[in-house]
Amino acid sequence: MFVMVAGGGKVGSNVARSLVASGHEVTLIEQRPFRFERLEAEFEHRAIRGDATELYVLERAGIERPPDVLVASTGDDEDNIVICQVARERYGVEKVIARVNNPKNQQHFDLLGISPTVSAVSSVMAMIEHEVPEHGLIQLLQLRKEDLEIVEVQVDGSSPCVGKKITELGLPDGSTVIAVMREGKAEGPDKAMELAAGDQVLAVLRRGKEEELKKLLLSR
Amino acid sequence: MIGCGRVGSQVAKNLDAEGWDVAAIDENEEVLNRLGEAWSGGFFVGHAMDLDLLREAGIEDADAVVIATNGDNTNLVVAQIAQRQFEVPFVIVRILDPARAELYEGLGLQIICPTKTATETLTNRVLESAAKAREEART
Repeated sequence: MFVMVAGGGKVGSNVARSLVASGHEVTLIEQRPFRFERLEAEFEHRAIRGDATELYVLERAGIERPPDVLVASTGDDEDNIVICQVARERYGVEKVIARVNNPKNQQHFDLLGISPTVSAVSSVMAMIEHEVPEHGLIQLLQLRKEDLEIVEVQVDGSSPCVGKKITELGLPDGSTVIAVMREGKAEGPDKAMELAAGDQVLAVLRRGKEEELKKLLLSR
Repeated sequence: MIGCGRVGSQVAKNLDAEGWDVAAIDENEEVLNRLGEAWSGGFFVGHAMDLDLLREAGIEDADAVVIATNGDNTNLVVAQIAQRQFEVPFVIVRILDPARAELYEGLGLQIICPTKTATETLTNRVLESAAKAREEART
């Protein structure tokens, strides 16, 4: 696979390093002279110096071939958006992955259809939420294109769903239980299975239906 | 008016003088000086990708948005936000890099590229002067 990485900071350079180590072809674009020198020492001809939002720089890095995947990992969200748009619209790159630096800018990536995106802040927040659930419902994965998400709900003794079968829950439209985690094992969504305190319910949910699901399962 | 450098502030002043109701946005508070004492429009400090700021400045009711910050990429993103999200009837954006200007023009943005204008004008002037010199040599 040929992957182009735009932005050689901690994120970009580590992605590039991992890809090279697993045998992929990589070009890595970095603008800042000091950072570039270090990258060139390590990545040699794979490191390209320049502003990855400039078309001729992308061309020098081989975007016309085009790459199988482009990763926009600079520290500027507007640059990452433009890099992805240029790659897609001008050079027909089919798969772009963008880094979101400021979570407030996520909506701009969504508006312009740039997906998937990766945000360190959102990931850390999701992990904190997973470790210290405050809301009883945890988002595990967002499928933006499909407008769906995979969530986990922790059932406790006071949950109104205890003792009910999954089919009796009356889940919101477009939602499905995919598994129930019980005593460290994943149980299939067996129709006869009754929910019990301590269960973790994994469900696919249409975005925006979180409150409805919480009411059904948690009543909090 | 998003971005109030040399270009933006003058455009803002021109429209203000024409009787338009103008709101200016810039990251730097000091550019208010550029707008001068006669400035009667609004002024908002902050980043143009901040939707709350854009709303506060009145983008939802704007007839036109002119974008000329010193960052081409910021301009391109903000122009698309103004066009797609706020559906502003007229959006025009200044882009310095001719390559990106051409690409995004093809994607439906109204773009002014001063670099391209300057390049063409300078080239044409030189060619014209050469043609004139040849003409004079012949006569």
